[in-house]
Amino acid sequence: MYSQKVMDHFTNPRNVGEIPDADGVGEVGNPRCGDIMKIFIKVDGDVITDVKFQTFGCAAAIATSSMATELIKGKTLDEALAITNKTVADALDGLPAIKMHCSVLAEDGLRAAIEDYKRKMGLITEDEMAKPHEHIHDCADDEAANG
Amino acid sequence: MDRKIYMDHAATTYVKPEVLDEMLPYFTDKFGNPSSIYFYGREAKEAIEMAREKVAAAIGAEPSEIYFTSGGTESDNWAIKGAAFAGKKKGNHIITSAIEHHAVLHTCQYLEKLGFEITYLPVDQYGLINPDDVRRTITDKTLLISIMTANNEIGTIEPISEIGKIAREQGVYFHTDAVQAIGSMDIDVKSLNVDMLSLSGHKFYGPKGIGSLYIKKGVKIDQFMHGGAQERNRRASTENVPGIIGLGKAIELATATMPQRREHLTRLRDRLIKGIMDKIPFVRLNGHPTERLPGNANLSFEFIEGESMLLSLDLKGVAASSGSACTSGSLDPSHVLLAIGLPHEIAHGSLRLTLGDDNTEEDVDYVIEILPDIVERLRQMSPLFAEREGELKNV
Repeated sequence: MYSQKVMDHFTNPRNVGEIPDADGVGEVGNPRCGDIMKIFIKVDGDVITDVKFQTFGCAAAIATSSMATELIKGKTLDEALAITNKTVADALDGLPAIKMHCSVLAEDGLRAAIEDYKRKMGLITEDEMAKPHEHIHDCADDEAANG
Repeated sequence: MDRKIYMDHAATTYVKPEVLDEMLPYFTDKFGNPSSIYFYGREAKEAIEMAREKVAAAIGAEPSEIYFTSGGTESDNWAIKGAAFAGKKKGNHIITSAIEHHAVLHTCQYLEKLGFEITYLPVDQYGLINPDDVRRTITDKTLLISIMTANNEIGTIEPISEIGKIAREQGVYFHTDAVQAIGSMDIDVKSLNVDMLSLSGHKFYGPKGIGSLYIKKGVKIDQFMHGGAQERNRRASTENVPGIIGLGKAIELATATMPQRREHLTRLRDRLIKGIMDKIPFVRLNGHPTERLPGNANLSFEFIEGESMLLSLDLKGVAASSGSACTSGSLDPSHVLLAIGLPHEIAHGSLRLTLGDDNTEEDVDYVIEILPDIVERLRQMSPLFAEREGELKNV
């Protein structure tokens, strides 16, 4: 069901770990839904010089996290923000339909890390931060139902 | 990695060669329709009646109480809808549990839409249903109690003997889904006071697409499949003759070899559970420690997700299953694991290994050997594990 690229990034994920003195940290997802992604970035000027991730989730979540970090390393913040979940999924030669939400998680994670950096730098205010996608509707509904 | 180890026998089993040998002539030479009066038909008819006797003998029923179906799901559907529709004048209430197979739960949910009232009994931390809860929830509108013999995910064996007794005292029909239990534990429908029992061939080395519903003599249930007069007018459709022959042979073998199987599987299961829990921290056993199916090991590994574990095991040649959302096609983890009170994130990290006749001590030891590295690798990637490590450092 998974492409060879997904399996490659699942078995040999790139950029796993944390950056203790990260310039920006984004954490998205929810343990209830079975996936959490945490992404750490180092920024020099407006270039992302280093990136690491930690992910709790299925193979697709791990592979999309890994691919997303590869895609943004060495890119400017604007270039990184232009990356969508489709970019990540395409770079992995596609994901099964039921797993597309994992690629949304990766996009949200990147955005959250960049916005955290911008907020720390005073480039944006809390109000200007984008809302993450309702990336897992069933799970989000479930959350709502259970308060 | 050319090693291949199958540890998902609760999902399905292979067909034993002795079973297949008995089936084969019924695809070719003995292909007759059992409803035909000429030789070919009579030959097939006699063979399915022999198989019926074997199924009856395995569960302590009369052959006339055994009906062949397409499998466990149809048997569950028929028992529940059939009893509900036939009993509409008496009442509209059905009692079941929160941990039943979807074949039971989704059937009950469908009946709810039609106006039936369903009580879904909770279970304790081991997955056990309390018979007193059954007794307390029976009303004069209760038509049916449907409680599984043993759970397919966590292996917990339910107190169906006590539940059967209560049902009989109260004059309520009792159905049990015994799909996972056949071949692993003694089942006698008479002493258990069971009115209907579902079973399925492919869970005990028989073919897929064949099962049976035991319906005690006198139990009123509506017909499910309408059409011809097969199965004494109660289940239309030309009989799946090779499947029925295979089911008969498989259940005969499964019950004849049960003591050895129980001994073998229990020994391997306990070795597997102990081996894993000794070597890996932050693991919990799901289901009852002793009142569980002999071949079932279900464990939750904190901080990691089940599908990642399954794929990693698959890469090492081990076939297993998980209650994680990502393996079910839905986004919620197993309803059984949630019902025993596991938090979502721990339910997502479950692994089910179900052993079978051909598994060996070497198979078990291999899994015990490779699993720690798989779990460790995934934990090293997990932010939940990192957070916990961080908390420890700060204490």
